[in-house]
Amino acid sequence: MAQSAKRDVADIVFAALTAISSMTIIFLVTGILVVLVSESSLSIQKFGILKFLTTTDWDPVRENFGAASTLYGTAVTTVLSMLFAIPIAIGIAVFVTEIAPNFLKGPIGVAIELLAAIPSIIYGMWGLFTLAPIMTKYIEPALQQTLGQLPFFSVLLEGTPMGIDLLTASVILSIMIVPFTASISRDAFNLTPAVVKESAYAIGATKWEVVKNVVIPYSKLGVFGGVVLSMGRAIGETMAVAFVLGNNHQITSSLLDAAATITVSLANEFSEADTDIYLSSLFYLALVLFVLSFVTLFIAKVFLLRAERKYSR
Amino acid sequence: MTHETKRKIEGTAALLLSTLAAFSGLFWLIFILADVLIHGIGALHPSLFLNDPAPAGVSGGGLKNAFVGHLMITAFATLVGVPIGLLGGTFLAEYARGKNISKVISILADIMVSVPSIIVGTFIYALMVRPVGHFSGWAGAIALAIIMIPVVLRTTEDMLSLVPWTLREAAFALGAPYYKVIVQVVYRGAATGIFTGILLSIARVAGETAPLLFTAFNNSFFSYNMNGPMPSLTVSVFQYAMGPYDDWHAQAWAASLIITIFILFITVAGRLLLKWRYKH
Repeated sequence: MAQSAKRDVADIVFAALTAISSMTIIFLVTGILVVLVSESSLSIQKFGILKFLTTTDWDPVRENFGAASTLYGTAVTTVLSMLFAIPIAIGIAVFVTEIAPNFLKGPIGVAIELLAAIPSIIYGMWGLFTLAPIMTKYIEPALQQTLGQLPFFSVLLEGTPMGIDLLTASVILSIMIVPFTASISRDAFNLTPAVVKESAYAIGATKWEVVKNVVIPYSKLGVFGGVVLSMGRAIGETMAVAFVLGNNHQITSSLLDAAATITVSLANEFSEADTDIYLSSLFYLALVLFVLSFVTLFIAKVFLLRAERKYSR
Repeated sequence: MTHETKRKIEGTAALLLSTLAAFSGLFWLIFILADVLIHGIGALHPSLFLNDPAPAGVSGGGLKNAFVGHLMITAFATLVGVPIGLLGGTFLAEYARGKNISKVISILADIMVSVPSIIVGTFIYALMVRPVGHFSGWAGAIALAIIMIPVVLRTTEDMLSLVPWTLREAAFALGAPYYKVIVQVVYRGAATGIFTGILLSIARVAGETAPLLFTAFNNSFFSYNMNGPMPSLTVSVFQYAMGPYDDWHAQAWAASLIITIFILFITVAGRLLLKWRYKH
């Protein structure tokens, strides 16, 4: 080990250099937390914690700020995009691991990875100029005429379809997070021992029954970790939704209304904030977002680590 | 209907649905890429690379300043982020291998990889923009470097861990101190992997917009001055796409096309390199 190697000055210097470099991670995490707390202290003092989180008002003119409307936007887009993305991502993982003939496994895998590599601003552009018009013209009116006739959905789908709304943002977000969920689920599925699957086949199970009763239960920790990880990404995604959400601070029951998420308000308002309390409140929003996504990502990591430990036994 | 046929139908239906899901993934990729390609190619014009932005509403402007600015910000981010990430990963995989501190930093780095990049923007704004009173290219480069560090650190750690321990022991046996073993033996063994990690981290930050919005900001003039506001392709795309002019939209599409091609090229090259290196 290291101790047995000859220790000269250069070695100590190099070791110290690497140690300091790795400490930057700890410095960054604590630094971000400290800076965000101190920058938002003005707003924390004025609005408190519970009051800030539950106030729907976001009024730069009267200098009254609350995070509820943006938290609502973040929650709705995240939940909705997860609803769209999870079934598709699991389907892709099942296809790639169990169904696809070998010559298709590669191309689909690459396609999924490329989808994950496309920068979010491209999704945003595409959403604004291509998806939003399609949503306005075809999908949203069609939804209104079918689902919109049902009692509960009529509230969700009321209003004039404009394309710049919660629904469009959620669709783009779901396309963005499918690759993350799919590739982690695929890795988890792949770890199911062949022997376990083969024994299920041997007693006459169909392919779907093997997936449903053997593969998914076996890999549920990993899949769940992947889902939570994508949720963390969805909470913090900025540019893909900034184009199509309209940054309108309001809580609406209709998914066809413009809204704001924490990230979208930060992107749109940060460089325009003209008063101290306004800027401080934006830092406060950033702090809320940081804590929210850090906790989510930490939970995801715990699940993924537990999955890893389980499989390596 | 017998139980048997019911099971068969259920199975076929489920498999059909997941096949459909897979092809829908492919469909979105092709849809988005084709759309960017069609809109972008129509707007690709030499003036895009040769001219600086024209006054709003006047046609014939380009994004030369944004190309140069983007390159400079990304290059400086790489110069800062890669060494720190590389050395940090070395510490985790070598000096602190198996120790608790290594695990903690590794987990924190994994979380930092996915932390919203706009948070980094606000952090740097508070540290580097507000105290001096103006936006700067340096602030943008440091913001991108911060996003890069955990990515490079984690891949370096993984790649160094793949180098067999016996290789180090062979070098120790010759009397080499640990730092020489790392630099001359371990780094060489993991070179392709580390290089790929660096490539992928460049691909990751080259498409970032959110952390640049209020650090490097934007600048409609040509500038080499990293101490002042610096234009970048991504921020220009955001500004132009949200603007009212058709000419701006066309330029935003063209810039998007260039960003996409660049990033997908690096990503594919990185994957191929890894596959080629670790196929045995």
